Amino acid sequence: MTSELDDSHRQPRSDAEPDAALVVEHLTKRFGERVAFEDVSFEVGYGEVFGFLGPNGAGKTTTVRTLGTLITPTSGSATIAGIPLSAESGPSIRGRISIMPESPGLFIRLSVAENLECFAGLYELRDVRDRVDRALRAVNLSDRANDICGSLSKGLRQRVALARALLSDPKILFLDEPTSGLDPVATRDVHDLLVTMRERGVTIFLTTHRLEEAEKLCHRVAILNTTLRLIGRPDELREQLFSRSLVVRTGSPLDAPGRVFNGLSNVEGWDLSPSGSYVLNVTDPDAAAPGIARALVSANADILSIAESHHSLEDVYLELVDEGVEAKKR
Amino acid sequence: MSFSWTRVGAILQKELRDYRRNRFVIYTMSFLPLLFIAAPMVQIFTINVATTSAKFDAHIGLSLLYMLILPAIVPSVLSAYSVVGEREQGTLEPILTTPIHSDEFLVAKALAAFLPTLAVSYVIFGIFLGAVAAFAHPGVAAVIFERNHLLVQLLFTPLVAGWSIWAGIAISTRMSDVRAAQQLTVLASLPPVAIVALMNFNVITPSLGLTLGLAGALLLIDGLAWRFVAALFDRERLVTGRR
Repeated sequence: MTSELDDSHRQPRSDAEPDAALVVEHLTKRFGERVAFEDVSFEVGYGEVFGFLGPNGAGKTTTVRTLGTLITPTSGSATIAGIPLSAESGPSIRGRISIMPESPGLFIRLSVAENLECFAGLYELRDVRDRVDRALRAVNLSDRANDICGSLSKGLRQRVALARALLSDPKILFLDEPTSGLDPVATRDVHDLLVTMRERGVTIFLTTHRLEEAEKLCHRVAILNTTLRLIGRPDELREQLFSRSLVVRTGSPLDAPGRVFNGLSNVEGWDLSPSGSYVLNVTDPDAAAPGIARALVSANADILSIAESHHSLEDVYLELVDEGVEAKKR
Repeated sequence: MSFSWTRVGAILQKELRDYRRNRFVIYTMSFLPLLFIAAPMVQIFTINVATTSAKFDAHIGLSLLYMLILPAIVPSVLSAYSVVGEREQGTLEPILTTPIHSDEFLVAKALAAFLPTLAVSYVIFGIFLGAVAAFAHPGVAAVIFERNHLLVQLLFTPLVAGWSIWAGIAISTRMSDVRAAQQLTVLASLPPVAIVALMNFNVITPSLGLTLGLAGALLLIDGLAWRFVAALFDRERLVTGRR
């Protein structure tokens, strides 16, 4: 199994396509006065891995539970696997999707296979033995079928829960914090499984606050903090939120950096970072770099490096969450 | 989607497998019946047949009453655990995310408590009758084997169990603590036993008509209790703890 992703073979479907796996429009859930999430709208295409990020209490799990028909929305609408969300459509929707809650919730006195057999019955699946075998093979647990779930490690339990979620070949797989509380090795195992599923074209709705996880696994991500703050591909979000910049490191501080950088073409501004390097906001890094290098040489600067700065999804996330905190303070 | 016995069967099978590996359930299913067969045996074998009619009736009534407390108490322990226990273990949410209907879940849970209770209660009653036939004074045995007494036991065992189970599941859907649910359920399971007690002690003469009438009433109450529990079963509150 590979953990590297190749996005080139598929792209998220556009909003205009009618066959989206998930269409959410202005969905809101309130518990009395408390707003769990508000006016949330997005679409997820079939075969897409969609990351749903947000801090604790942002409403991620409540959103999943609402889309999973466990919770009734206060307002708004949603179409899940082609079925409009309503009080009557709950069982039909639940028959087409699978939800893996944050806690695996296994019957600990039953064996792995017995756990899956129970859920095969709940989905009214035929060829139960075959389905169970396939699900266990998918998570590399065929040799643990007869183990009692209470004796399994946390990582293995998570894999059993994943096998359970795959049992019915769901049209949409909702994973709520699938690596929460797992050690790095177990986390890597789960990631590998998700990559395999992604390559098989399974539509996955992944809630997480592990940003590297979202960046690694998801075609697109949405950032929720009660309201939806941003949605797009991780690289798009970085570009939307941060201006492009070049980081210039010199052997010693420049005598008059303003005279070196001001007025250079493609350079919109500059700043001195706490580490002593110069961060230049540029319109086009490739076009700006030669002029900056020439200007530094003219100023007799000892150039150590000129490099484009990279913002991670974590930077995007923190920027948005911090904005939210500031807004609440105001 | 219509009512599915396959889904009911899936939960029922899971419950029965779980019982077999759950020491608490095994102890409840084995020690309680032993206790409830010992006490009536003592009553029956210590009756002085020459005593007054009222005392004689009281002894017989008490011994038969033990047989009907059993189907009230045994399922109460299981049914009280049925929903709140799943919540505590974190297994309720995965079940509720499947296509299962509330009615299917409730029927499965009720059957999972009902079937073992019925088996244990009838087996214990059979042992009791066998012991009476073999060792009790013929005068005592004749009274115990009266048609109306047998009818009361056979009819009311499932009906008392049914009440106890629905009371237990109702309490279990509203409580957040297993022990508190079990204590409340034991109390809630006793009212039907009181009616049976009146018949066993001959306070109410257990004629065939009265027995069948009361059994019919209790059956109706059990049916209404099922619908009441179904109305109480709120997925949102069970999953989030609030509404």
